[in-house]
Amino acid sequence: MRRSTHVIAATFAAAAALVLASCGSSGSGGTSSSGPASADSGSSQAADGGSSSSAPAAAPKPPTADEPLPTSIGDGEGELNLIAWEGYAQPDWVQPFEKDTGCTVNAKYAGSSNEMVSLMANGGGGQFDMVSASGDAGLRLIYSGDVKPVNVDLVPEWKNFYKFLQSPDFNTIDGKHYGVSYEFGPNVLLYNTDTFTAAPDSWSVLYSDQYKGKVTVPNNPIQIADAALYLSKSQPDLGITDPYELTQPQFDAAVNLLKQQRPLIKKYWDLASQEITLFQSNAVVVGAAWPYQTNTLVAAKAPVADTIPKEGATGWADTWMLASKAPHPNCAYKYLQWATTPTVQAQQAIYFGETPVNTKACAEMDKLAAGSCSQYHADAPESYFETIKFWKTPLAQCGDGSADCVTYTAWQSAWTDITG
Amino acid sequence: MDGHHRLTMTHTDLRTTPAGRVGATGGVSGALWRRPWLRGSLTLAPPLLWLGVIYLASLAVMLVTSLWSVNPLTNKVEATWTLANFQQIFTSTYLVIIARTIGMALLVTATTALVAFPLAYYMARVASKRTRNLLFTLIVLPLWASYIARVYAWIVILQQGGTLDWFFAKIGLPEPNIGYTNVAMWIVYSYIWLPYMVIPIFGALERIPPSYLEASADLGARGGTTLRRVILPMVLPGVAAGSIFTFSLTLGDFITPILVGGAGSSFIGNVIYSNIGVAGNLPFAAALAVVPIVIMIVYLVAANLAGASKEVS
Repeated sequence: MRRSTHVIAATFAAAAALVLASCGSSGSGGTSSSGPASADSGSSQAADGGSSSSAPAAAPKPPTADEPLPTSIGDGEGELNLIAWEGYAQPDWVQPFEKDTGCTVNAKYAGSSNEMVSLMANGGGGQFDMVSASGDAGLRLIYSGDVKPVNVDLVPEWKNFYKFLQSPDFNTIDGKHYGVSYEFGPNVLLYNTDTFTAAPDSWSVLYSDQYKGKVTVPNNPIQIADAALYLSKSQPDLGITDPYELTQPQFDAAVNLLKQQRPLIKKYWDLASQEITLFQSNAVVVGAAWPYQTNTLVAAKAPVADTIPKEGATGWADTWMLASKAPHPNCAYKYLQWATTPTVQAQQAIYFGETPVNTKACAEMDKLAAGSCSQYHADAPESYFETIKFWKTPLAQCGDGSADCVTYTAWQSAWTDITG
Repeated sequence: MDGHHRLTMTHTDLRTTPAGRVGATGGVSGALWRRPWLRGSLTLAPPLLWLGVIYLASLAVMLVTSLWSVNPLTNKVEATWTLANFQQIFTSTYLVIIARTIGMALLVTATTALVAFPLAYYMARVASKRTRNLLFTLIVLPLWASYIARVYAWIVILQQGGTLDWFFAKIGLPEPNIGYTNVAMWIVYSYIWLPYMVIPIFGALERIPPSYLEASADLGARGGTTLRRVILPMVLPGVAAGSIFTFSLTLGDFITPILVGGAGSSFIGNVIYSNIGVAGNLPFAAALAVVPIVIMIVYLVAANLAGASKEVS
């Protein structure tokens, strides 16, 4: 009896451990199984800074650059498979589309740009049609051949886009459009209005000892660009013009700044909800955020506000990109047409708290929610948006044609070094 | 009664006259009976296939990948052999993270062992059968709830202005405010893995014959001496078995550091995760994954010396 109880107990412990271990590894296993794919498909950059010097100077031609463009849209295939940010395929605008076109929309939500790149491996695997990729994923998808050019002439609303988002360099190469811009927004400086009686006018508050232990920034290597943007103004002699194209000395300066910042950080947030909790509990008083967090906190009556400081801001801009092996291209084009209409643009902008690319969406937004147009800057002049440096994948090729820039893999290992 | 009798008879018959019985049944079972090696191979084939192909082969692929590199331009994994990934591990950045992970795993193991022992002792030797069952259920019950939900519960407790701070303020002490620190991680891990330590220790304690303790007392040993010289040596294999769970589970975790860790809480798993997902640097991630494997081999050998295998077998 004793023996058998013991055996049962041990078996139970072992079984439970196995279950847990398999849970744990299904989390990591899920990632690692997509990992090789993402690496195969060329999700980002090189080993480390040292090896980037072997890269040729000219950017390579995207593998799908010469794919023929359709000149008209045929009949829908009845289905459309999307990889999207959560909140990007809401019934409000998907259901009317399904009714209209007969294309049933299946959305798979991804939590990060990197997950999107992984899912899109091998041209979407013949399964997915489109992905709502942010700029930091765009070039990875383009240069790995996972997405193909689209004919923007088939998307009539395209000509109503903000000029700077018609052919931005994170989705358009050599005049070929590897997708259609969708929505965008800035990364803002979020602050507690009890601590700051006036809006801070500089990102320097994130690097100041004054708020030691009360600062939070995203746990994302792209945060190096935020430091670079700040340095481009505070230390002009570094010569930083593009925070995503950094030479080694510029990169080192940004990394140094972030290393000095680390003792000030309460937490590097991974999820928007974490930052919201941090501000709600007063664990932090200032941080880098998305307007989404501001809106959620303000709705919860937390004493916060956000601002874009004088140095400008980084930002995201999402693009609907077409998988190179899309099984339902006609439904995909029909969705591009639909998603860029002012109504859908406005619905999406209000739902997520971002800015539509279609300049005609402002009136629609105010119809849906009075004042929302200016709240999300959909009526701002283009000069406002020039202060936003949109995310793009850091490549070895700098804008000036040299190949001395630090690649994203080096960004990643530097970020580990900073936060680790 | 009759059925039982016949069953016993069959057993006896099989044992005494195998050839004759099997000849009569014939067919596949007969063939198997005549060839014990075939029986053995067929029984072992599925688990061996699982272990060999699915488990060991994927490990081998990972090890090979760790010696490859990523093309800087296309970012495709290339089969050019290099030790650069392993060299990179031996830089201060990664050594700090590895040391933190091992340190936390050891600390959590020690903590759970200290907490689990009195609890298991009470259950095994003091409590009535009814109380024991109740305690057993209570210990196992949290395992039914999602890991994530339990970690989030701790965030609510530990965060600034959370339950813990509130409690300290109520009794007039300064608020500990340990949310998002390594201390928070230590507490959460110690809570989450506790059942895996309690159960093996309970098993080991339950097996100590009461006569041993009586004999110890008869020979003049006091409680402390009995504990030190009789109970602890006999419980050690149970502690070792439990520690395998707590140590390896902590070593491989990467969710708790994300949720309750602060600045400077990354584990090996977090770095692997971001190198796969964020940077697409699979070879380096594979090289880093070798580290916990080596650590676990060392640990299992050590635990084996402490008698863990006796406990698990």
